[in-house]
Amino acid sequence: MQKVYTKIDSIVGNVVTVRAEGVKNGDLALVGDSYANVIKLDKDIVSLQVFAGAQGVSTTDPVRFLGRPMMVSFSEHLLGRIFDGAGVPRDNGPALTENMIPIGGPSFNPAKRVLPKNMIRTGIPMIDVFNTLVESQKLPIFSISGEPYNQLLSRIAMQAEVDVIILGGMGLKYDDYMEFRDTLEKGGAMSHTVMFIHTAADPIVECTLVPDMSLAVAEQFALEGKRVLVLLTDMTNFADAQKEMAITMEQVPSNRGYPGDLYSSLAARYEKAVDIEGAGSITILGVTTMPGDDVTHPVPDNTGYITEGQYYLKSGHIEPFGSLSRLKQNVNGETRDDHRALMDGMIRLYAQYKESLEKKSMGFMMTEWDDKLLKYGELFESKMMDLGVNIPLEDALDLGWDILAECFEPNETGMKTSLIQERWPNKDALN
Amino acid sequence: MKVQTGYVAGVNGNLIKVDFDGSVRKNEVGYILVDDKRLKGEVIRINNGEVSMQIYEMTDGIKVGDAVEFTGELMSVDLGPGLLTQVFDGLQNPLPQLAEQCGFFLDRGVYLEAIPDKDWEFTPTAEVGDHVKAGSTIGTVPEGLFTNHIMVPFTLKGDDWKVKSIKKAGTYNVHDTVCTIVNGKDETRDLSMVFTQPIKQAVSCYEEKLRPSEPLVTKIRCIDAFLPVAKGGTFCTPGPFGAGKTVLQHMQAKNSEVDIVIVAACGERAGEVVEVLKEFPELIDPKTGRSLMERTIIICNTSSMPVAAREASVYTAVTLAEYYRQMGLDVLMLADSTSRWAQAMREMSGRLEEIPGEEAFPAYLESSIAAFYERAGKVRLEDGTISSITIGGTVSPAGGNFEEPVTQATLKVVGAFHGLARERSDARKYPAIHPVDSWSKYTGVVDTDRMEEARAILIRSTEVNQMMKVVGEEGTSNDDYIIYQKGELLDSVYLQQNSFDPIDQACVPERQRKEFDRLYDAMMQTYDIADKKDIRAFFNQLRQEFLDWHGTEFETKEFDAQEKKITDLYMSKVVS
Repeated sequence: MQKVYTKIDSIVGNVVTVRAEGVKNGDLALVGDSYANVIKLDKDIVSLQVFAGAQGVSTTDPVRFLGRPMMVSFSEHLLGRIFDGAGVPRDNGPALTENMIPIGGPSFNPAKRVLPKNMIRTGIPMIDVFNTLVESQKLPIFSISGEPYNQLLSRIAMQAEVDVIILGGMGLKYDDYMEFRDTLEKGGAMSHTVMFIHTAADPIVECTLVPDMSLAVAEQFALEGKRVLVLLTDMTNFADAQKEMAITMEQVPSNRGYPGDLYSSLAARYEKAVDIEGAGSITILGVTTMPGDDVTHPVPDNTGYITEGQYYLKSGHIEPFGSLSRLKQNVNGETRDDHRALMDGMIRLYAQYKESLEKKSMGFMMTEWDDKLLKYGELFESKMMDLGVNIPLEDALDLGWDILAECFEPNETGMKTSLIQERWPNKDALN
Repeated sequence: MKVQTGYVAGVNGNLIKVDFDGSVRKNEVGYILVDDKRLKGEVIRINNGEVSMQIYEMTDGIKVGDAVEFTGELMSVDLGPGLLTQVFDGLQNPLPQLAEQCGFFLDRGVYLEAIPDKDWEFTPTAEVGDHVKAGSTIGTVPEGLFTNHIMVPFTLKGDDWKVKSIKKAGTYNVHDTVCTIVNGKDETRDLSMVFTQPIKQAVSCYEEKLRPSEPLVTKIRCIDAFLPVAKGGTFCTPGPFGAGKTVLQHMQAKNSEVDIVIVAACGERAGEVVEVLKEFPELIDPKTGRSLMERTIIICNTSSMPVAAREASVYTAVTLAEYYRQMGLDVLMLADSTSRWAQAMREMSGRLEEIPGEEAFPAYLESSIAAFYERAGKVRLEDGTISSITIGGTVSPAGGNFEEPVTQATLKVVGAFHGLARERSDARKYPAIHPVDSWSKYTGVVDTDRMEEARAILIRSTEVNQMMKVVGEEGTSNDDYIIYQKGELLDSVYLQQNSFDPIDQACVPERQRKEFDRLYDAMMQTYDIADKKDIRAFFNQLRQEFLDWHGTEFETKEFDAQEKKITDLYMSKVVS
C-alpha cells in the first residue's frame, strides 16, 4: 500500500519537508512527478531532496514514498545508452527497469584488494612512457578551464584497451556532451560505452548522483569480469554542487564554503577504483578543474590526497613536472628494459633544458651544452609532449632514443653504458 | 540485568537521535536494530532527555521508531593473545575474516571476534594467595617471538584482590577461566586470557612516567642524527600530498628498533595498506630473523570506510599499544593521517551543530590531539621493567600550508617535527624532510655539538644559495661558495637516503656515527682551491665517493677502503 501525503510543510532550496511515518533514511520518493530522496528524519518530519529542484513545487503536491533507496538498472542493455543523473534516458530509448541495483553501496574490503600490475595503454607518450596509467588506478587530470581536457578524455576512452567505458558527465556544457557522443560514435566505441550525463542546465541535485550511478554500474560490470574505465568530468562541478546543497541546508562550512565532509565524499567515490581478484577492475580517470590555476584550492587539494597521482594539463600538454602516476613503478619494470632509465634520463635532461631556457631569457651567455639542451627541449616538446602524437609505447621509446641521438653524444645522456650499447640508434657513434 | 532500550527519533547522516527511558551512560555503545541487522553506535551526547548517537555504519534504511539496544559498556577493544599479525578495521573487526564471511564488500552490521578462538600453552606466574591489582601478570603464553603476559584487567578497581585459584601449566582455550580472584568483600571474578578495555581511557597501571631519553633508532640518517625521536616520545610528519609521508612512515615501520609496531591507516588510501599487507610478510626483520608481520598489527580504516569508525580507529590503535607496553615492550604506533581523524571529529561536530572554531574544527580539537599524544610515554612498570609507547602521526594540511589548526595543535604537543617540503620532493630529494625548518627536542645518535655545527653550515649554505640567485656565481666569494658546496654535500650524502637501495635504505647507528664523523671532518677543513669550476668539480667528486660508500656493506674491507679513498681525496686539497 502506498500512502500519499499532500501537505508539504516547507520548501527551502531543493529540500522539502513533509510529515510522514515509517519512512526510511535514504529512501526514494516522488514529489509531484519528480524523484526525491530522504536525507534527514526528525520525529515525523521528513526532509526530502528533490532531484529536479524544488522550483514550482506546491505545498499541496502529492508525496509518495517508494519504500526503496535510489537504484539503477544494470544489464548488458545499458551499453550504448545515455542517461541523465537520475537514470532517465536522454537518448529517446526505452527506460530500463530490470535488475535494479542500489547506488552508493558499501566499501570494498581492503583485505581483498590486490596490488595493481597491468598497464593501460593509451597511445599518448606523456602517459605511457612517463606516467603510466595502471589498471585500477584513480587519477585526476588537473586542469585550468579552457584546456582541452575533455578531448583528452575522449581520446583516452577511444584508445584505452578496456572492455567497458562509463562516462559520468557533471555540469557539462551541452556542446561538450555532444562532442563526447559524436567522438565515441564515430570511433565505434559507443557500443561498449554507458553515459550518465548531467549538463550545466540540469538540476543541481542530479549532478551529485552522477558519480554514484556511474560507479554502481561499473562495480557490477567489474564483478562480471569486465575491465571498466570510468571517466568523470568534471569533479569540481560535483564538489560545487555538494557545496551548494550543504549551504542551502545550513550546514557549517569548513573551507571556502565547502562542507566539512568534502574529503570523505570525494574519497568514497574515488576509492571505488579496484582490481578484483579473479574478476575485473575499475579504473577512474577524473577531471578536476582548478579555479584560478590554484592547486591549493580545496577541491584539487583534497583530490590530490585521495588519488594515486595526477596529470597536469597546462598549455595544451601534459606537464612532465607536477604530473605523477604513483603506480607506474608497479608496471614499468616489465614493459621494456630501457623504459625506466629512458623515462628518468629524458626528464632529467628536460629539467636542464628548462634551466637553460631561463638562462637564455635572462640574457646570459649560451654555451655549446646549452645549445644542445635547447635543441633537445624543442624536439621533446614537439615530438613527445604534443597531445596529437599517437604511437604505441615501444615506438615512443624508440622515438626517445632517436631524439637523444639527434641532440647528444652517448656519454652526455647520463645513461648506463650497457643500455646505450643496446639501444643507441646510430651504432657508429658508439666508437 | 535488563537491557536498556530506546527508539530512533531522528536521523541526520550518521547521527541518530534516540528516545529512551531508564539510564544511559555517555559514550556507551548501543545497537540500532534495522531489518535483521544490528548497527553499532556510540552515545556522544545526552540533551533534554534525548540521546545523540554516532553510528559506525551507513545509516540508510533506518526509520523513526526502530528499536535501539544499549549495552552499558563503553566503546572497547578485546585484549589477549593472538592480536599480532592481524589486520583490523577501526572497531577491531578482523578484515580477512570479514572477507571470508561477506566476500568483496564490507557489509554493515557484521562484527566478528578480534581474538582468534584457539588454545594457548599457559604457564602461571602467580600463586594462590598472591595480591593482585589491575595490570598484574598472572601467567604467560608464548606468542610468536614474544611472551604474552596474561594480565588482570586494567579496569579492575580496588587493591585488596587475591588469587583464589589458578590453573596449572597446560593448554587452555583463550576463553577458559584460568584464574579466579577474590577481594575483601568476598566478591570473586573469573579471569580468562581475554579482557576488554575502553579505548578512550588511557591505561595508567604503571609506577611512574619517565622522561624519554633513549633514542629510537629508525635507521634513517636524517632523523636519527639531526631530528631524532626518543623511545616514549612523540613526533609528527606534516606535508603536502605527494611529498612522501606514507613512504617515510612505511620505512619507519620497517626499520625502527622496537618490539611492536602498530600502524593505524586512518582515512587514507586503501591501496597503500595493501602494499603493507603484501610487503611486510615477505620482509625479514634482521634482528629476529622472522617476518616483520610477526611484530605488526594494522588498524585500517581507509578513506571510504565509515567516518565515525575512523574517529575510533586511532584510539583502538593506541589502546593496543598500551596493552603491549604493559608487558614491558617498546611499542611504536604510527598514525596516517591524524588530519583525517580530526576531520572525522569536525564532521560529527557539524552534525551536532556545535559552535565551530577555526576552519570549522570543533573547539576541543586541541585538547583531543593533546590527550591522544599524551598517551605516549616511557614508563616504569610495577615490576621495575621500563617500557614505552612512541607515537608518530602524519598530518595532511590543506594546501600544504602548516598554518592550519591541526598542524598547529599537533606542533604544540609533540617532541619532534619532521616537516616535509614540496620543493624537496619535487627535486627528488628523499626523505623530503626540511632540514632547516624541522626540529627535535630529543638527543640523537651522533654527537650533539658536532651535529649543531654541521647544521649551522647547512643554514649558512642555504643563505648563500639564496644570495647567489640574485648576484650569480660571479658575485659570490670563493669562501662563501665553498660553504654553499659543503651544505649541499651534507644534504646530498647524509640527509638524503635511497629507500629503494638494499644497503642504503637502513643505516645502523654505528655506521651513521662513522659516516657522520668522516663527513664532519671533511666539512670542517679549509680548502685551498682557487677556481669555482674546480671547487664544483672537487665537491662533485667528493659527493660521488660518499655515495659509493653508501653502497658498500658495513664492516667490510670495501667499506674501509672507500673511507680511506674519501679521506685521501679531501686531505689532498686541504690548506697546508
